[in-house]
Amino acid sequence: MHETDMTKALILTVRDWWESQPERPTIAKVHLTVGQFTCVEPASLQFAFEVQTRNTFLDGATLAIQETPLVAFCHSCQQEYRPEMGIQYACPACRSPMEDIRSGRELKIDRIECKT
Amino acid sequence: MHQTFDAALEINLLHANQEGADHNRAHFDEWGITCLNVMSSPGAGKTALLECTLAALSPELKIAVIEGDMTTELDADRLRQYHVPVIAINTGRSCHLDSKMVAGGIHRFSHDYHPSEFDLVLVENVGNLVCPAEFEVGEHAKVALLSVTEGEDKPLKYPFMFQEADCLLITKMDLAPHLDVDVNQIVANVRQMNSRVTIIFVSAKTGEGLDAWFDWIRSTVIAQTEVQKQRISAIV
Ligand SMILES: Nc1nc2c(ncn2[C@@H]2O[C@H](COP(=O)(O)OP(=O)(O)O)[C@@H](O)[C@H]2O)c(=O)[nH]1
Ligand SMILES: [Mg+2]
Ligand SMILES: [Zn+2]
Ligand SMILES: [Zn+2]
Ligand SMILES: [Zn+2]
Repeated sequence: MHETDMTKALILTVRDWWESQPERPTIAKVHLTVGQFTCVEPASLQFAFEVQTRNTFLDGATLAIQETPLVAFCHSCQQEYRPEMGIQYACPACRSPMEDIRSGRELKIDRIECKT
Repeated sequence: MHQTFDAALEINLLHANQEGADHNRAHFDEWGITCLNVMSSPGAGKTALLECTLAALSPELKIAVIEGDMTTELDADRLRQYHVPVIAINTGRSCHLDSKMVAGGIHRFSHDYHPSEFDLVLVENVGNLVCPAEFEVGEHAKVALLSVTEGEDKPLKYPFMFQEADCLLITKMDLAPHLDVDVNQIVANVRQMNSRVTIIFVSAKTGEGLDAWFDWIRSTVIAQTEVQKQRISAIV
């Protein structure tokens, strides 16, 4: 599944950072934020990360995933609401389309815990 | 002694893919090419639509195709009949095209042809409703297809592609009378998450709606070319 590719992308990004570090630290933990409104399934990502990091510069590193809910802002009502994934995205109060996503689209590497 | 420290990255997980997409887009801009990323579930009619598009718009527009959704080399051959370059990408087992695969394709294309003579590159993405929307390849606009046989609920269940689409083609309209499908419901479901998308009803079989699709392409190419020209004159 696409978590394999996502993990590849993640590893590439972390590697770019790691190679730019003069002391090439040992990476202990990678902290991610993964929004609910993305195509990433956290459990599959964990599994793919374990498999793909074996015998690489990330061997032994763990992945910590912070999930964020889908939150949208309705400009007509001037109010945030929680769309129901798979069921309803429009504003429950006034039916305006979901325009302004305030959270849930994150696919972010927040920080990396290192040892030297 | 061991020391631990935290490095704040605050970087997108798809950063590397994004950079690759920007690289590809810079090539397209330099060549004056508009790139469209065509996405749908398997079998929604991407290749059929591209065939109609090439038949109608080439040579009015000089078009190349990047083909990422091949079950066999036959798919690429179907498109080569229209005498346009078809760059086949071997996606392996990947469920989407990424910017690196497409970069390989456009570098080959620029080696074998004169890219600045071209107006339009159509990318047929891997058949998948989920992640192609997340992996930009360097396109200027996203085109999603949903066939009437897939059911009204798909935009709600797989919202990403529909939320990101600039143009949505509801395909296989010739089949609608034979099905219990409510096309207005499809539109309403898409509108819940995307109020700006252009929605066009088409049939590759009867030709219904294709003129509206061709006009959308023409106006998108004109608008993009204008942006590219302005950017060049701003640099010079
Ligand atoms: N009835 C009908 N069938 C279509 C239409 N467009 C595509 N098809 C059929 O749907 C199947 C899949 O089409 P194809 O273009 O290969 O889909 P792709 O996987 O998205 O590239 C083929 O058997 C096509 O003949 C259409 O407008 N009407
Ligand atoms: Mg196809
Ligand atoms: Zn994928
Ligand atoms: Zn509202
Ligand atoms: Zn290049």
